[in-house]
Amino acid sequence: MIYFDNSATTKPDREVIAEVAECMELYYANPSSAHKLGIEAEKKLKTARAHVAALVNAAEQEIIFTSGGSEANNMAISGVIDEGCHIISSKIEHPSTIKLLQLLEKKGIEVTYLDVDSAGVICIEELKQAIKDNTRLVTIMHVNNEIGSIQPVYELTKLVKGINRRIKVHIDAVQSAGKLELDMNKLEADLVSISAHKLHGPKGIGALYIRKNTNIRPFIVGGGQEGNLRSGTENIPGIAGFGIAAQKAHRELRDRTEKVALLKSYFIERLSELEGVRINSLADQQHVPHILNVSFERVRGEVLLHALEDYRIYVSTGSACSSKDTKHSNYVLPAIGLKEEHIKGAIRFSFAFTNEKEEIDTAIAALKEQLPFLRRMRG
Amino acid sequence: MVLCKLLGMGIQMKRLLIKYASEITLKGLNRRMFEDILVRNIKDRIGKEHRVEKESGRMYIDTVSSELASRLAKVFGIISVAEAEVVEKSIEGFAAAAIEQLKQKPQISTFKVETKRADKKFPMESMEISRRVGGEILKNIEGLKVDVHKPQCVVNIEVRDKGYVYTDELKGVGGMPYKSSGRGVLLLSGGIDSPVAGYMMARRGMELTGVYYHSHPYTSERAKEKVIELARKLSQFTGRIRLFVVPFTRIQMEIMEKCREDELTIVMRRFMMQVAEEIARRDNAMCLITGESLGQVASQTLESMFVTNSDLAMPVFRPLIGMDKVDIMDIARRIDTYETSILPYEDCCTVFVPKHPKTRPKLEEIRRSAALLSVNELILEAADNAELIVAEILE
Repeated sequence: MIYFDNSATTKPDREVIAEVAECMELYYANPSSAHKLGIEAEKKLKTARAHVAALVNAAEQEIIFTSGGSEANNMAISGVIDEGCHIISSKIEHPSTIKLLQLLEKKGIEVTYLDVDSAGVICIEELKQAIKDNTRLVTIMHVNNEIGSIQPVYELTKLVKGINRRIKVHIDAVQSAGKLELDMNKLEADLVSISAHKLHGPKGIGALYIRKNTNIRPFIVGGGQEGNLRSGTENIPGIAGFGIAAQKAHRELRDRTEKVALLKSYFIERLSELEGVRINSLADQQHVPHILNVSFERVRGEVLLHALEDYRIYVSTGSACSSKDTKHSNYVLPAIGLKEEHIKGAIRFSFAFTNEKEEIDTAIAALKEQLPFLRRMRG
Repeated sequence: MVLCKLLGMGIQMKRLLIKYASEITLKGLNRRMFEDILVRNIKDRIGKEHRVEKESGRMYIDTVSSELASRLAKVFGIISVAEAEVVEKSIEGFAAAAIEQLKQKPQISTFKVETKRADKKFPMESMEISRRVGGEILKNIEGLKVDVHKPQCVVNIEVRDKGYVYTDELKGVGGMPYKSSGRGVLLLSGGIDSPVAGYMMARRGMELTGVYYHSHPYTSERAKEKVIELARKLSQFTGRIRLFVVPFTRIQMEIMEKCREDELTIVMRRFMMQVAEEIARRDNAMCLITGESLGQVASQTLESMFVTNSDLAMPVFRPLIGMDKVDIMDIARRIDTYETSILPYEDCCTVFVPKHPKTRPKLEEIRRSAALLSVNELILEAADNAELIVAEILE
């Protein structure tokens, strides 16, 4: 099996699985309980929080556990805005941001969606122009999930804070945490979203970094867990698994990135042997190494995806799953100015350090076999 | 008698009273056969451990639960299911139970009593029983009135081997017992219509075998899962359904290569019918069932159906032929297939669609086009490679 869908989710690390199992087996007590068993569970929580904090070079108390990246995004955005305020975001954010912003627009909040260039990157100057007196929040993703474009988050945060310190900056780092360096001493953002299952941790767990002294409303009220901001009995197995995953990602960040970068440039090199191919996420400074978005001309991405399944190669399409499926219609690829044909034929290969060069050779061989046939028989 | 003692002690006894299609009771010498099939279907759905007691025109089960009742209400052939109280066969017995049951319904203000007297030895006629029990009710519950035309509640009394009183009746799906009228092969596409067509034939007693055409890699595993899910939803009414998933890509490829673009759909439909017929033959079925409705799409014009129907030996039933789309959608919602049907996955019919399909194909032309392909070989190969999946409701 060749798994090239690591931006959708990653395979949990063995140590993570062992930790999750151990927590379910032994540390099932409620960390709020007064007895010894509860305190042991609480220790697991503390350790994990330290690991996640270390991943982004933050203080432990600045990390709040959530059910995942979507919740972290929702909590960050809805927790800091006021009625009648103005929000700046981009056209290529994750649906958990875009859909929420659309809801807020219906409630009378104004949102500016910044354009991106053909690389998928916003223009700092345009951001500067968009800032208004009532701008309350700038929410931008660090790395785009479909094309892997990297936003200049350090630069943009500095700019926003330089204009008005009271504007909150939220960075959706779901696709970048554990892959690019995130240093909260250098990054002046107030809020940062992270998800565990994108870095070989368990699903259903994530975190929101909240800078000290940031005013944010609680997302779920109840028993007062997570500093009164996110109530609900803590998901100890998930959190502890996340901790292990974060610790390993942090420790191995450079090695992993190096390996994945080699895979991407090798893949691009081999793709040049095929005709009718367009690379939508080059191996350059503006794109992460773990995402390779490619358009295959004269083929529907979905059909190619299913054809690759026969070789047990698993990828994602860049475009809508089906012509009838307007609900999930893609907005990222049009935003970088791709032509209809390149949108329809887009495939996303996303790598992890667990992938090998030989797997790319197999994928290229499969593509060489399938493309001529699928191009002759176009569905 | 134990029963009388229990009743005398004031202990309530209830059983599920099942009414089934009067059509069955009119079957003369074959009546036993239909009833036996119905009993078998009932046991199949609620578990063999339940005893089903038969009495002329009624069936009884001694376990009373609303979960059981709602499962029974989905068994074809059953008209209604009621939690009936078993009472002493006397006006006092009927009245006491009726009063007790009506007292549980303080929201109603009008009622009527309906009596069926199957036990002709009982010394009173049904009208008189109704009148006297009604009188007792009026005497004992204040504020209630009789309304024979539009009552809010009907008190049913049945005088049979035992006496029964019930006020709530769960309407069943009706029809004839499943598997009492042979077996047919249903062409399931994943759309709204075909599950409804299958439902309608199954409701008349026909056992269904499903056939679905899978065009990997042009259609996804999800499209296949969707059709399995539709079969599963139908199996709420029928019990387990066998579904053949037929690999269809090769046939579609050959058609693409050898036939004119505007004939793609019609030639493909002919193949679908012919493969289904081959599967039907192997599966001892005697007909095909489709969800076609006259004029709905290009392949459902009279001319198209004439062409797809020619060269088949088996009859093709199209129970939706005269129905409007909205009416079909209503049934789909009622039988709970609608939400699944509208999931947006491509099926084999929507993948290769000519821009302008022929709406008035000529049989001889299409026959000539299809003859460019090795028809028999392709049909046999598709049928040979069909994958059998059993769809049933998970409990």
